[in-house]
Amino acid sequence: MSGFFSKQRTVAKPGYNRWMVPPAALSVHLCIGQAYAFSVFNNPLTRVIGVTESTPDDWKLTTLGWIFSLAIVFLGLSAAFGGKWLEKVGPRLTMFVAACCFGGGFFISALGIYLHQIWLIYLGYGVIGGIGLGLGYVSPVSTLIKWFPDRRGMATGMAIMGFGGGAMIGAPLSVLLMDQFKSAASVGVMETFLVMGGIYFLSMFIGSLTIRTPPENWQPAGWVPPVVENKMITKKHVHIDQALKTPQFYLLWLILCLNVTAGIGVLGQASVMIQEMFKGAVTPAAAAGFVGLLSLFNMGGRFFWSSASDFIGRKNTYFIFFVLGIALYATVPSVGAAGNMGLFIALYAVILSMYGGGFSTIPAYLADIFGTRYVGGIHGRLLTAWSTAGVLGPVLVNYIREFQIEQGIARADAYNVTMYIMAGILCLGFICNLMVRPVHEKHHMRHEATDEEGGVSRAATACTRG
Amino acid sequence: MNQPKSFKPLDFLFLLLFWLYVTVPLAWGIWSTLRKALALFN
Repeated sequence: MSGFFSKQRTVAKPGYNRWMVPPAALSVHLCIGQAYAFSVFNNPLTRVIGVTESTPDDWKLTTLGWIFSLAIVFLGLSAAFGGKWLEKVGPRLTMFVAACCFGGGFFISALGIYLHQIWLIYLGYGVIGGIGLGLGYVSPVSTLIKWFPDRRGMATGMAIMGFGGGAMIGAPLSVLLMDQFKSAASVGVMETFLVMGGIYFLSMFIGSLTIRTPPENWQPAGWVPPVVENKMITKKHVHIDQALKTPQFYLLWLILCLNVTAGIGVLGQASVMIQEMFKGAVTPAAAAGFVGLLSLFNMGGRFFWSSASDFIGRKNTYFIFFVLGIALYATVPSVGAAGNMGLFIALYAVILSMYGGGFSTIPAYLADIFGTRYVGGIHGRLLTAWSTAGVLGPVLVNYIREFQIEQGIARADAYNVTMYIMAGILCLGFICNLMVRPVHEKHHMRHEATDEEGGVSRAATACTRG
Repeated sequence: MNQPKSFKPLDFLFLLLFWLYVTVPLAWGIWSTLRKALALFN
């Protein structure tokens, strides 16, 4: 492809400052992170016709719940299938398409509210917006890794922290806009969608305009690659399709899936759990504050743990997630029983920081194991683990809890078994992490083929086919 | 090597503004969340 969006046009000119790349990535991630705040629209959307209260013709919460689920499914699918396309066309075009999809998804959904057609919101925010989410999530990752070979973890941590922060901007912004637009005839969601679609398109477009890729073989000034070889950091590259033939890909898939399953499972029930464990001491407003506090640790953990992984290594970072996680999950029930709320909150905060850290450290782990050339596409495919965990975690937690209550166990105690099972899940993760070894050299690309037009296919043929 | 050889005030200003463009909304979001979280300790 030629023209402004071509891969060649995004290559940085001499003198370009690499610190321009993280804000370009954040311009995208801070927007798409809004997805986690979509629930603020649920209640107003049940009153689109009745305005002050729901009428029989209004949408039910169960109907609206599918919008977010669809968006997450299409996030995983587009990241998995769009990753290879990203490697071919580069980050600028991918970010632009993501901006069109995510912003456009809001516009189509606004039309859906105007016509009161739920399928238009499913298509708009769920399918098209979900594609924007997936493409936007993976697009800056490999570019950041290439610009920061000395701090891979910190670089990806900055962008993926933005995804966590996006919900913190999206939630109050949505409330502010709905308050502004609501009237006797409208709940203000349609107008809010139009404004947010515009803001998000513009911000993501700015990201796509400013993103630059480093020239071939670029290195930071004054940086000397470590002389001492680290076997867990390869200097070779594994092709995106070849990566799927390695056991390392599936081990890392399991590591991400298990870490996210444990975290997402307890995150979803955090509000109810603290209210039931400390009955009378925690109001619903305080419980909402608890969830907010966890979101902060989730976001902070994304930057802290991935930056720390640059010093202690990716494998060791995941060892900390699993070992410390097992200890903390197993301790929560006794801390709850002892009525120590301060310690309970602290334990949860650390658990959620490691949940966020799992997301942000995995791209650097992939770059270490498979090389930097196709890390964006490989990361996209690995994100199917997130979609899987998104279904598995809440289902597992809710099923176990209901089963416990049916067996006559007190509601406050019903979480204990759940926490022990989550600790068990982390044990499996620990074993998978233990088994991660460097990729066998038969999977490495033989030649350093360029990625210019058609370069992907040449690179593919340069792979040693075991 | 692809790093600036000399200090360019305009480039620095643009870099600073770009960082502010992403960090100011983020700080606002964090502050909004923190205010909500304070309810936990009241």
